[in-house]
Amino acid sequence: MNKKQKKWLARILAAAVLFVILEICMHAGVFEGRGWLGFLFALVPYLIVGYDVLLKAVRNISHGELFDESFLMMVATIGAFGIGEYPEAVAVMLLYQIGELFQNYATGKSRNSISELMSIAPEYANLFRDGEVEEVDPDEVEIGDTIIIKPGEKVPLDGVVLEGESMLDTAALTGEPVPRAVRPGEAVISGCVNGQGTLKVQTTKAYEDSTVSRILEMVETATEKKTHVENFVTRFAKVYTPFVTICAVALALLPPLFLGGGSEVWISWVRRACIFLVVSCPCALVISVPLGFFGGIGAASRIGVLVKGSNYLEAMSQVTTIVFDKTGTLTKGEFRVTELLPVQAGEKAEEELLELAAYAEYYSNHPIAQSILEAYGRSIDSGRIAHAEEITGSGIHTCIDGEEVLAGNAKLMRENGIDFTMSGSAGTVVYLARGGRFAGTVVISDSIKDGVKEAVCDMKAAGIRKTVMLSGDREKAAQAVAREIGIDEVRAELLPGEKVEELEKLLAEQTGKNKLAFAGDGINDAPALMRSDVGIAMGSMGSDAAIEAADIVLMDDDVGKIASTVRISRKTMGIIRGNIIFALAVKAVILLLGALGYANMWVAIFGDVGVLIICILNAMRLLSRKTGQ
Amino acid sequence: MKKKFKLNEIDCANCALKLEESIKEISGVKDAKVNYMMQKLTVEADEADMDGVVEKVLAACRRLEPDMEVTAI
Repeated sequence: MNKKQKKWLARILAAAVLFVILEICMHAGVFEGRGWLGFLFALVPYLIVGYDVLLKAVRNISHGELFDESFLMMVATIGAFGIGEYPEAVAVMLLYQIGELFQNYATGKSRNSISELMSIAPEYANLFRDGEVEEVDPDEVEIGDTIIIKPGEKVPLDGVVLEGESMLDTAALTGEPVPRAVRPGEAVISGCVNGQGTLKVQTTKAYEDSTVSRILEMVETATEKKTHVENFVTRFAKVYTPFVTICAVALALLPPLFLGGGSEVWISWVRRACIFLVVSCPCALVISVPLGFFGGIGAASRIGVLVKGSNYLEAMSQVTTIVFDKTGTLTKGEFRVTELLPVQAGEKAEEELLELAAYAEYYSNHPIAQSILEAYGRSIDSGRIAHAEEITGSGIHTCIDGEEVLAGNAKLMRENGIDFTMSGSAGTVVYLARGGRFAGTVVISDSIKDGVKEAVCDMKAAGIRKTVMLSGDREKAAQAVAREIGIDEVRAELLPGEKVEELEKLLAEQTGKNKLAFAGDGINDAPALMRSDVGIAMGSMGSDAAIEAADIVLMDDDVGKIASTVRISRKTMGIIRGNIIFALAVKAVILLLGALGYANMWVAIFGDVGVLIICILNAMRLLSRKTGQ
Repeated sequence: MKKKFKLNEIDCANCALKLEESIKEISGVKDAKVNYMMQKLTVEADEADMDGVVEKVLAACRRLEPDMEVTAI
C-alpha cells in the first residue's frame, strides 16, 4: 500500500469504529427522543470518511457534471439523513470508500504484477568507448556501438556478440526455462539475462526498436484496443447512470404527489429513491473489462505469448479453425538432403548428381537450394554456369558447361517434355535433367518440430474444431506430415500468392462468430497473418515483418502455446462476461425490489460495493499462476 | 502526431471512460485513449493544433478529475 492508500485506510478504520459505537448507541436507545444528538454523532464518521467525496461532488456540480458518482453518493446519503436513517447514511459512505480503496489497491496490484512479469526493461547499459566502460542510459546507445554485458546483467539492446561466451536466460521473454548458449557472431536479444560469462556486444538496434521496448510498448497498449464487450459496457455505462438517476427522482416525487399522504409516505418513497442512487454506479461492470483483459494478457505473457491487443484475445476465444503454414511452423525449416537417386545407381553417379544439383541451384536463395549447397560442401566454379533463371513454383532453368540443365518439380519436367521417373518419397523432391535427359532425383526432407503432434492434439482438447495446413510442398510430402501430426486438412502445392487465396476460401467457410487463426513465420506469411481473424507469428525464428503483421506472437516458437492461449482467452472472456452478467443481474434485482419497497439500504450497499469487490476479485483470478495450464 | 501523458491517481474505471469521452469531443482531437490500467492518456491531433489541444485536454482533466496529476511523457 502506498502513502495515500494508508491514509485512506486510516480514515475508513476511524469512521468504522465510530460507526460501530453509533450502532450500539442506537440499539441501546441512547438517542431516544433526542434524534438531533444521533444526527450529530453520525455526522462525525460521515465527514471523516466522506469529506473528499462531498468536496468532489460540489466541485462537479459547479462544472455541470450531474451524473457524477460522488454527486450521486452525496444525494443518496443526504437523503438517508433526511429520512432519519443515520447509520445507513454513514454505512453507504463508509462502504463506498472501502470499495473505492479496494479498486485502487487491486488495479495497482495487478499493474505491479505485470511490470514484475515484464521486469525485462534494462536500467542501464555499459557503453564501451575508447577503451573505457561507461554506464549510460540504454537510450543513449547508438546502433553499432559496443556494449559490455557483465554476468547477471540484463541484455539492454539487441546486438551481435563480438567476444565472449555465455548462457542467456530467456525466461522473462519466452517462458522457456532452459538457458540458451551464445557465442561470438550470434545475435542476442534485449530482455534476456546474462549467465556466467562476460559478453562484448555490438548493438544492431537502437533502444526504442529493440525487442524489449517493443514488447513493453505492445503489452502496455494492448488494453487500449477496443473489444466488443468493452463497447457494450461503454454504451451501457453512458445511459445507465442517467436512467437510474431519473428513475430515482421520479420515484421520490411522483408517487407521493399523486397518491398523497403524510410524511410516512414521503419517507418511504425517498428511501426507495436513495436505494436507486446507491446502485447507480456501473463501476463493477466498467472495471471488469480492463482488469480482466489486463489479467488475461498478463497470463499469456507469463508463458511467453505476446498478445498485441485485448481485441485479439477476445477473437482468440472464438477461434474454431487454425490454419498453419507448414515450413517453420510445424516443421523445423531445416532442410537436409536425405536421398540421392541418380538414373544409374552408384556412388560416383550420386556424387555427380549432387554436383549437378549444387551448380543448378547455386544462384537460388530458396532454403532447398541452400541445403543442397550445404550437402555438396565444395566451392562452386561459377564460370561453369552460363545463365540461371528461377521459375516460381517450378524450379530452375540454367546452363552448365554449355548444356541445358533443369532442376525442379514434376511440373517443370513435364513442361519440358522430360521422360522422368516419379519419386515415391515423402520429402521434397528435386528432379534434375541435363541436355534434355533425366539425370536423377534429389530428395530433401524437413523434420517435424518436437511436440507438434501433442500440440495439435491439445488444441483439439482446448476446443479447436478444425486444423488446416497450407504448404508450397508436393501433395505427397505435405500429406505425410499432416498424417503424422494429426492435421485435418491439407492444401498443398500452393504458390506464395495462393496461400492467401486458400485462406480467403477458409474464411468464407466460417459461420457465425467462429473465427479463424493463422499461424506462420516467414516473410511471405505476412499477408495471411493480416488477412486472418487472428494472426499468430513465431517470435524468435519469424521475420520482423511477420511479427509486425501478427496479432499474437509466440516468443519461443512453441506451437504448443497456441492451445494454452486459447484456454487463457476463453477463461478471460468467461470471467469478464460472468462479471457483467452478475453485476447486471444483481443491480436489476435490487432496482426492482427497491422500487417495490422490499429492499433496504443495506441491500443497496451490497449491490454497489459488494458487487464491485466480487467482480474485482473474480477478474484478479486471471493473474494467478495456474491460468492457461 | 501523438502525445502521451501519465495520469497519476485517476479515480476509477468509469471516470477513465468519461474522461476519454470528453477528451474525444474536444475540437482538434483526432483520437484519444485513456489506458486505465497503465494510467496513461494518448491524444492524437495535427501537429499545428497540438499546443491548443493540449491546453484544452489539461483543462478537461482538471475539470473532471481535479485530484489527478497529469504529466507529459
